[in-house]
Amino acid sequence: MRGDKRSIARAISLVENNEPEAQKLMALLYPKTGKAYVVGITGPPGAGKSTLIEKLVKELRNRGKNVGVVAVDPTSPFTGGAFLGDRVRMQDLSVDPGVFIRSMATRNFPGGLAKATKDALRVLDASGKDVVIVETVGAGQSEVEVVKVAHTVVVVLAPGLGDDIQAIKAGQMEIGDIFVVNKADRENADKAVSDIEAMLELATEKAGWKPPVVKTSAFTGEGIAQLLEHSDQHRAYLRTGVLDERRRERVENELVDALRERITESILSDLRSKSEWKRLTRRILTRQTDPYTAADELLARRLKSKPKQIRKRKH
Amino acid sequence: MSKERKIRVVIAKPGLDSHDRGAKVVARALRDAGMEVIYTGLRQTPEQIVETAIQEDVDVIGLSILSGAHTTLFPKIMELLKKKRLTDVLVFAGGIIPEEDIPALKKIGIREVFGPGTTTSTLVEFVRKNAPKKRK
Repeated sequence: MRGDKRSIARAISLVENNEPEAQKLMALLYPKTGKAYVVGITGPPGAGKSTLIEKLVKELRNRGKNVGVVAVDPTSPFTGGAFLGDRVRMQDLSVDPGVFIRSMATRNFPGGLAKATKDALRVLDASGKDVVIVETVGAGQSEVEVVKVAHTVVVVLAPGLGDDIQAIKAGQMEIGDIFVVNKADRENADKAVSDIEAMLELATEKAGWKPPVVKTSAFTGEGIAQLLEHSDQHRAYLRTGVLDERRRERVENELVDALRERITESILSDLRSKSEWKRLTRRILTRQTDPYTAADELLARRLKSKPKQIRKRKH
Repeated sequence: MSKERKIRVVIAKPGLDSHDRGAKVVARALRDAGMEVIYTGLRQTPEQIVETAIQEDVDVIGLSILSGAHTTLFPKIMELLKKKRLTDVLVFAGGIIPEEDIPALKKIGIREVFGPGTTTSTLVEFVRKNAPKKRK
């Protein structure tokens, strides 16, 4: 596919809006994916993720890498709109031909965030990016889901963000491959580092990988090279076979998700069209039955009608 | 369930002026109207603005300027947009732009210019009505 920025942008919009051509496009691109190294960056708002990413990208560019960045921000559940402000911290990178930055809103799709963002990452992967960084606010379940598509997950924290280390959600402790204490110039930075290290001592070790804690200052550039080194080490660790196992698991999960979507789609639309649907809805409304019993009834009828079809076809 | 396509808007501040309260008010209003707003930050060059518009595949570009540099910057921006074939993007401007400059701006493709005192509802209505319906 053409690697120019406009094509990439259009492709991402296609998958984001789940337009009819999206699946065709993804089918075409899928074989070309798998080459990019995906880094997920998460953490509470205000930790300095975007500024850190800007420094990381600049350093990666110095090392001759092409980089894609997907910055995810929440969609308001009330208005459906979103303020996507992560680019503000990455202004210098806009005109770098080797960098592509896309802002995405979560759009409140159940499970949709993961799919659209995964597809966007794949588009960037297929377009030849060496590294793709996905940034999310680690506040909700779906953000944690997205980060799981990454090879390496970096959790970025900053000292004095209100509640200190106690504020780290359990999920974040478990998904982090590397922990970063940003704003290292602050006075409680060292304490934050030792607090995290203490918590990690209690956590179960991920079969051979001990998550390091890195101090960085996105402002001064301190710690950036160190962070990249740790991610290189993690990448090497993944290559020892752990990656294949994870990949297989991930692929199976995706297959299940795809199947689930297809099954639900086809069965649901079929059931909705039956007169049974209206009848049972009325019964639920008048409290003569409950949703789950009604669901069982609908499915039982469907299964009953299936064998007849099969018998018919055999003739 | 029909999914209405989200309108994606870039709010950009070209040039050197450093007051963005107005731009942020507009950004918030559009967000509250259900749009996805990418805010670029201050001191954007025409190249940066157009690159952002490309990568974010936006439907609308809103240019906010208070410094008077619109006479030099806006034509540059419109030219770049044409060069990059982004001709179906809706472009509007706001800030401190003298009335007498407006016709020239409209001529180069800026659909509307909004002065201080424009209500957010006017703006939102305008964007909703004029944003391109379908991207090629």
